[in-house]
Amino acid sequence: MTPGQIALRALIVGFIIAFAVITGFAYTTLLERKLLARLQARIGPNRAGYIPIPRRGGGKERKLLAGFMQPAADAVKLFFKEDPQPTMVDSWVYNLAPMLAVIPAVVILAVIPWAGKINIFGAVFEPYFAIAPGLNVAVMFFLAITSIGVYGVALAGWASNSKYAVLGGIRASAQMISYELALGMSVLVPIMIADSMDLGVIVEAQRGGWFIFLQPLAAFVFFVGALAELQRAPFDLLEAEQELSAGYTVEYAGMRFGMFFLAEYMKMISFSALTAVFFLGGYRGPFVDQVPALGFVYIILKIFILLCVMIWVRASLPRLRYDQLMSFGWKVLLPISVLNFLLTAIFIVLAQEGFLF
Amino acid sequence: MEFVTPTINILIVLPVLLVAGGGALLMLLELFMAEERVKQWAPTLAIIVLALAFLQTIGLWGQTHTTFTPEGSSPMVILDNFATFLNVIFLLTGFFTVLISVNYLPRVGLNRSEYYMLMLFSLSGMMLMGMANDLILVFLALEVLSIPLYILAGLSRPRPESEESAMKYFFLGAFSSAIFVFGIALTYGATGSTALPAVLAGVSNGGALALAGVAMMLVGFGFKVAAAPFHMWTPDVYEGAPTVVTAFMSVGAKVGGFAAMLRVFVSAFGSLGQTWVPAVAVIAAITLIIGNVVAIVQPNIKRMLAYSSIAHAGYILMAVAASVNSPDGVSAALFYMFAYLFTNLGAFAIAIAAERKLGEGVMLDDYKGLAKRSPLLALAMAYFMLSLTGIPPTGGFSGKFFVFRATLEAGLVWLAVVGVITSVVSGYYYLRVVYLMYMYDGEGELHTKPALLTAVALTVLATLVLGLLPGAWYEITKQAALQGLQVLAGG
Amino acid sequence: MVLFIILAISAVAAALGMLFSRNAVHSALFLVLNFAIVAALYLTLNAPFIAMVQITVYAGAIIVLFLFVIMLLGAEQLRGVAGDGGVWQRWLAGGLTAVLLISFASILFQGNAITPASAAGVIDTSPAALGLRLFEAYVFPFEVTGVLLLAAIIGVVVLSISKKRGQQ
Repeated sequence: MTPGQIALRALIVGFIIAFAVITGFAYTTLLERKLLARLQARIGPNRAGYIPIPRRGGGKERKLLAGFMQPAADAVKLFFKEDPQPTMVDSWVYNLAPMLAVIPAVVILAVIPWAGKINIFGAVFEPYFAIAPGLNVAVMFFLAITSIGVYGVALAGWASNSKYAVLGGIRASAQMISYELALGMSVLVPIMIADSMDLGVIVEAQRGGWFIFLQPLAAFVFFVGALAELQRAPFDLLEAEQELSAGYTVEYAGMRFGMFFLAEYMKMISFSALTAVFFLGGYRGPFVDQVPALGFVYIILKIFILLCVMIWVRASLPRLRYDQLMSFGWKVLLPISVLNFLLTAIFIVLAQEGFLF
Repeated sequence: MEFVTPTINILIVLPVLLVAGGGALLMLLELFMAEERVKQWAPTLAIIVLALAFLQTIGLWGQTHTTFTPEGSSPMVILDNFATFLNVIFLLTGFFTVLISVNYLPRVGLNRSEYYMLMLFSLSGMMLMGMANDLILVFLALEVLSIPLYILAGLSRPRPESEESAMKYFFLGAFSSAIFVFGIALTYGATGSTALPAVLAGVSNGGALALAGVAMMLVGFGFKVAAAPFHMWTPDVYEGAPTVVTAFMSVGAKVGGFAAMLRVFVSAFGSLGQTWVPAVAVIAAITLIIGNVVAIVQPNIKRMLAYSSIAHAGYILMAVAASVNSPDGVSAALFYMFAYLFTNLGAFAIAIAAERKLGEGVMLDDYKGLAKRSPLLALAMAYFMLSLTGIPPTGGFSGKFFVFRATLEAGLVWLAVVGVITSVVSGYYYLRVVYLMYMYDGEGELHTKPALLTAVALTVLATLVLGLLPGAWYEITKQAALQGLQVLAGG
Repeated sequence: MVLFIILAISAVAAALGMLFSRNAVHSALFLVLNFAIVAALYLTLNAPFIAMVQITVYAGAIIVLFLFVIMLLGAEQLRGVAGDGGVWQRWLAGGLTAVLLISFASILFQGNAITPASAAGVIDTSPAALGLRLFEAYVFPFEVTGVLLLAAIIGVVVLSISKKRGQQ
């Protein structure tokens, strides 16, 4: 293919995936509210939209999927809300921050492989189906984009000209920088085993078995690091309501706030996808070699399960205190992941030199 | 892709490893021993490490080795007589610095074992400056040399002078490093390599890009060795830093800078000599004039020695400028640095003995009547001042003699004239110290402990030997210089 | 080539924006922009790994710490430097800068100045190749970097706890 064709294809695939994930984002919010409600013995939103199923023999109709239009209702609400800008804010940065939050969340989707080599209506996607397939620095790309994610939060906090927001922003940036190290260290392990930074190769390397079974510790560190990176419970203390009201988003309203919301949930999806890719075999599953289209199903299923785990964690665990957060990140997660990395490296070298097996 | 292990001869870098490892060992000791005991043992340990490295270095004299040679490429590290000789200078600097620090640090409340750690790390960087055979390694060595010094300058941190010193040193050091590394980048762009032999081969057809690289690297080195007009940081940094740190950096950092400068400029950029020699000569002249003239009005001994060190950088630069056209240039520079090491550290040792508290007793007026209080120390100080001026029979005189001779041989007569005139000018401020010591009465205690006295005695002895028997030592530096140049030219 | 010119101009513009903006946070953001554009330049030079490292290290870590310090110190607004230094110094600096720029420009337009040293062949820039290069040819500088970072860490500890110890 010529570079032009590659670019065109990336553009088309990118559009499709971005729209799919944005829809997914909308329903992730609903999933979170519904699941949280169920975990807390509530019903959750059930007013906006339902499929009426008449009961046999008359009587009140049954409501199937009650509340499935809730995301649309939320969106409409956010769009039509007044969007006041507080006085004395740094207007430029204030408006830039929500965009800086969303962009990394979207861009990170570029490297995620959604299926193996696949033929869709005559178009062959090689070596796997992704916006930017075959990128040999995909993991570095992921780390780079993750590290940029701090800006949205930190700048939103600073530009809002509010103490709560600044504190939230500073907490967030410190937290993200700290946990990024453990995150990066734990990602090195799959890289070493697969001997590549290409996410597709990492997925294919899990043909024999998922890395979570081989490296449960790295998987754990990665997932915890991801939770911290996403600022989700139990690491959501930058928006600790009791202390900071809503943290860095306190001065934002309307769709600007909606963009932070969008960024958070899209990052949830992409981190779930990356966890699946690094440790849960990505798009791999039974019969995926015969029917490549199953890859989409498997990875979406894995993402769904991981999203449910995140929500489950949020419902179950209390929020950490700030010093606990920092000492956990620096004194537990980082040493664990470094040690794990070193041991894995030694093990791999020994295996290569033939001292084992 | 297969991993091809580069040829590694660890014995070559063993002195550096010992020194850096000694620093790391001190850090480990703090984990296992009580802090007080570590402090007690740190100087001893440092001396042991330096002695071991010294023995190893002496053992390597006369040999030429290369190591870390990757497949089909030139070695990273080179150890010839040039590097060995410089390593001796650095290790002696470290040794004397430990001797003058042992009692000074507790006296002024700065006794921290990190001092010795950082000093050893800095020393390992200095040693690498002479051994580096690749511009990347030169840059890294420069940073390993500098960063501990930035910190050491700020060791007595709550003192504003010390903070100012660390701050200024850090910022200007960082700027100069940036300029230096930009110069490396341009040189790489012009020659396609950072390895010195390849640079040597490619630099003459590198065109203007290579010249820009050379110019920027010259500026970077100029900052490091405190040559005018890149000397502005020196007086404030030297004044504010604890005196032992000043002593250490006035010799170590300067010689370190010159080590790499000689290696890079004289050998790798030698073919561009016609272009950079005039520039270096002009810089040397400006440095000589500014250093010597401004030193006259300094009321503070540390500031005076700072300007004096600028002036001495000028003399060494004279030798650098001479080294392309004269076979004696490099050896004169090496000899000058060797003599400067003893003289300057000796003078600083006495300044430390006279310093009552941190930053007190460092004015020239405090030296009034030193001859009555301690005739021997005053005599030693007078001798060092004579040596710094360049009056026989001292090491300083021999050094200046060789430098001037090399400059004349290279045909830079005007520069030699500037050197002689400024030497005469320097007599004013150096001899004023002698005058104050002998012709006035004054009060003030002196802190003379055995370690410091040993340092003074040894430096006096060494200066005397270099003054009386310069020929034998000059032969050694000549061997060092010759080999240093041949190795690179030979590929 | 067109891409290079666009990127180069925007990189210079971002750098100028950083220099001339009076607000420290804006300066930091311009710097981030500059780093990102330079990363894009690396991408056009077929060096994706370096580009990613550039973003991770500079944009993702260093400038975030800058922002952190700026926010914690509340040092957003930079005051002018009026009254500091004479007018002649500014003119001198400006003149010397102009001389430097002109000499660089003359170097660039001399034609023979840019030797195609780097275009000698397509270099393998994959992470694996870079890693091998790092541990074959540059293993010693790599280890020296370790010493450098160790010394810097000790320095941070020394400078940050010196006061506390004294007070005990």
